[in-house]
Amino acid sequence: MRFKEKVIEKLLLVTALSAIGVLALIIIFIFKEGSPIMVKVGIPHFILGEKWSPSKGIFGILPMIVGSIWVTVGALVVGLPLGLGCAIFLAEMAPARAGMVLKPAVELLAGIPSVVYGFIGLVVLVPFIRNVLGGPGFSVLASAIVLGIMILPTITSISFDALKAVPKAYRDGMLALGATRWQTIRMVLLPAAKPGIVAAVILGMGRAIGETMAVIMVAGNATIIPTSILAPVRTLTSNIALEMGYAAGDHRQALFATGVILFVIIAILNLLARWVAAGRVSE
Amino acid sequence: MTRKRDERARDRAMTGVFMAATVLTIGLLVYIVVYILQKGLHVVTPAFLLESPTEMGRAGGIYPAIIGTIAVTGLAILIAAPVGVATAVFLTEYTHESAVSRLIRFGTENLAGIPSIIFGLFGFLFFVIYLDLGWSIISGALTLAAMILPTIVRTSEEAIRAVPTAYREISYALGSTRWQTVTGAVLPSAVPGIVTGIILAVGRGIGETAAVIFTAGASLGIPASIFDPVRTLPVHFYILAREGISMENAYGTAAVLIVVILLINIGAYWAMNRFAAKSNV
Amino acid sequence: MGNKVISPGEAGVAQAGQAQDGQPGFSRGMVGISNARGAGTNQAPPDIKVSIRELRFYYGKLEALKGITMDIRKNELLTIMGPSGSGKTTLLRSLNRLGDLIAGTSVSGQVLVDGKDIYGPGVDVAELRRRIGMVFALPVVLPMSIYDNVAYGPRKRGIKRRALLDEIVEQALRAAILWDEVKDRLRDHAGRLSGGQQQRLSIARVLAVQPEIIMLDEPTSGLDPISTLRIEELLHELVERYTVILVTHNPLQAARVGGDVAFFLLGELVERAPAGVIFTSPRDKRTEDYITGKFG
Ligand SMILES: Nc1ncnc2c1ncn2[C@@H]1O[C@H](COP(=O)(O)OP(=O)(O)O)[C@@H](O)[C@H]1O
Ligand SMILES: [Mg+2]
Repeated sequence: MRFKEKVIEKLLLVTALSAIGVLALIIIFIFKEGSPIMVKVGIPHFILGEKWSPSKGIFGILPMIVGSIWVTVGALVVGLPLGLGCAIFLAEMAPARAGMVLKPAVELLAGIPSVVYGFIGLVVLVPFIRNVLGGPGFSVLASAIVLGIMILPTITSISFDALKAVPKAYRDGMLALGATRWQTIRMVLLPAAKPGIVAAVILGMGRAIGETMAVIMVAGNATIIPTSILAPVRTLTSNIALEMGYAAGDHRQALFATGVILFVIIAILNLLARWVAAGRVSE
Repeated sequence: MTRKRDERARDRAMTGVFMAATVLTIGLLVYIVVYILQKGLHVVTPAFLLESPTEMGRAGGIYPAIIGTIAVTGLAILIAAPVGVATAVFLTEYTHESAVSRLIRFGTENLAGIPSIIFGLFGFLFFVIYLDLGWSIISGALTLAAMILPTIVRTSEEAIRAVPTAYREISYALGSTRWQTVTGAVLPSAVPGIVTGIILAVGRGIGETAAVIFTAGASLGIPASIFDPVRTLPVHFYILAREGISMENAYGTAAVLIVVILLINIGAYWAMNRFAAKSNV
Repeated sequence: MGNKVISPGEAGVAQAGQAQDGQPGFSRGMVGISNARGAGTNQAPPDIKVSIRELRFYYGKLEALKGITMDIRKNELLTIMGPSGSGKTTLLRSLNRLGDLIAGTSVSGQVLVDGKDIYGPGVDVAELRRRIGMVFALPVVLPMSIYDNVAYGPRKRGIKRRALLDEIVEQALRAAILWDEVKDRLRDHAGRLSGGQQQRLSIARVLAVQPEIIMLDEPTSGLDPISTLRIEELLHELVERYTVILVTHNPLQAARVGGDVAFFLLGELVERAPAGVIFTSPRDKRTEDYITGKFG
């Protein structure tokens, strides 16, 4: 009996360590595969190189880094106001019963597969942009809108929780003083919920920068630094997914190196999110 | 006086703005769902579901992709669910806040933040090449399992923590061991919450493309074992749409995906509410 | 005393593991109890069931029991009385080592049950908890049927045979004076019972594992006067066969129940005497203040 208990405990411990084990394996394998080419090309050349021409052995991923930043910032411009607006409405304004239905509906957006988002972008958004705003349609703008919608559930859900976590007394106190709801939200709730909202933004950025299939379908994927929001763009993730199918040798390694850079960016965002969640941004 | 009136007008205006944001968001959801169903549902016939594609998917059905999706996602859940629940049990019942628990949490949290394309790269390097499992159901499932593990850990942990401490105390006070308490007094009450988490993880798995395309392959054959390559529905959809093979069949495939995802989410919602209702007895 | 953090894995399982040394096989069941009885029967006279020596209990840095020394006789009904926060629950938790489960707790001193230190090496904690049953302050039932609630403990001890389980359940329910009220609906969810019935069900649940000591932590705090009286009557029946420790904050209840009363205040044992004595001529001013309602 005691022996059995001990065995079970050890088994559970070992099982529970599998997540960290997988994380370690991911880091080891991606870095092992990706770093040689970075060393060979030279890390500054790799990161700051403006030309990606695998057939000629030229591997510079600056266009993709810039591309990822463009579309991520764009996604925030689209998704943050919309998501935060949703969260405020659902947490503070909607009747409780409406909130019960609407919040799961917003979260359902997270369940829709990214290829479906990409596809809708491809058949609806891209032609729309091409016809109305000009350019090829495959663009920073199309990517930003698609990603902005995709991060809506993340931003809404986390901001909602942050708003709900503000003690009720704050709210009641303000309203008792005769403040309107918007005054209460603006002057008390948003400041109090700020760390949570910032965490929502960072996590939303993480989702946007890591998204692959949806962006591929609407971004145009040209390996040049975009000069306008109507220009095509290629992100780090697309770079990997587009060329993995046929890459070999140095080229394949360069794709893993792209993964390394992506991984580092995500790790920094995760650290930031953790740091913010620990409440260190509130002041 | 006027200040007060201004504030009230502003309050009304902002309420309108936030309501508009919500309506727009929900509208987008409805638009996406309706658009896909409208364009694709008429393609979905029994033959479409039960026949193999011909001419790379230009004609015929999506049967192998359905099999591939069920095989990869099902196996991934079979792997991830026990591991995830065991992790949650360890974190809640076997350790207090400690270096080990922090390490485990660090692992799951960071795993949750890794983009699926990185999982795809890793799965390709590790399972397909290094372990020499090739493009196969098992490679895809292991990769997907790693990806959905954090979701299962988090939802299971929440469900287990929601079980009243009193149940544990009663069980221990009767002379039960830790494991007996876990299986007898804790897990039964946590099952609905755990199931909800698993259902959501299934939904994530079914819709996943980037992690699966480089690990399970894109073969249109019917697999004979878990070591055979398959093509999942989203991968099939992606190939049809991106390579412009058949928009008609792409819409049909997307409609199938959307219906399945909707059913899964409604199922999860239902399981969660049942959970809430049951705990009020 | 350093803050020895008792992690559940270590406190329970690791120490229990040592007892296994030299014991071939791990036949479930009575290993622990024979250990406990066999090992050194220190100084304790035969009619002392529990002997508490300089017991200190810490929640982190907070000292909730400040050196308690006290004996509890076999088949005694001892009432622990004191205001809320005086350490009554903590005392019970340290007697069956339920305190081990709380993060950051630590213990010093000794608790001898049948002469054997329950914090010493080689103690089977699960078996100890079976021998020292505990009924909690608020009636809580496990979310299952009445029958399954009572059968929970016996089943975990490996009793599977239906007829035997039926018998144990019936006996326990009879002993808890609940049988007549529930015998026709044993399959009902236990949550449908009234508060008083749930509390008697809790007692039946404890009786079903054949304990030697029964501890009741303010068992009537959530109950109406009639249910309270029934539980108090039940105590007198229990004490025929078990050693009973009752915790209450209510001096009237302590007086009604009789037996010895130990008055606790701020983690200290102020005084202990038979109910008749303590309520007529308390030795300590604090006891007098408490029973006359000056505080608490
Ligand atoms: N889980 C706990 N963590 C920290 N302190 C506790 C805990 N339980 C009880 N205490 C503290 O220990 C002291 C004694 O509590 P307790 O034994 O519950 O008293 P009683 O049962 O007499 O009301 C109190 O000061 C209480 O705040
Ligand atoms: Mg108490």
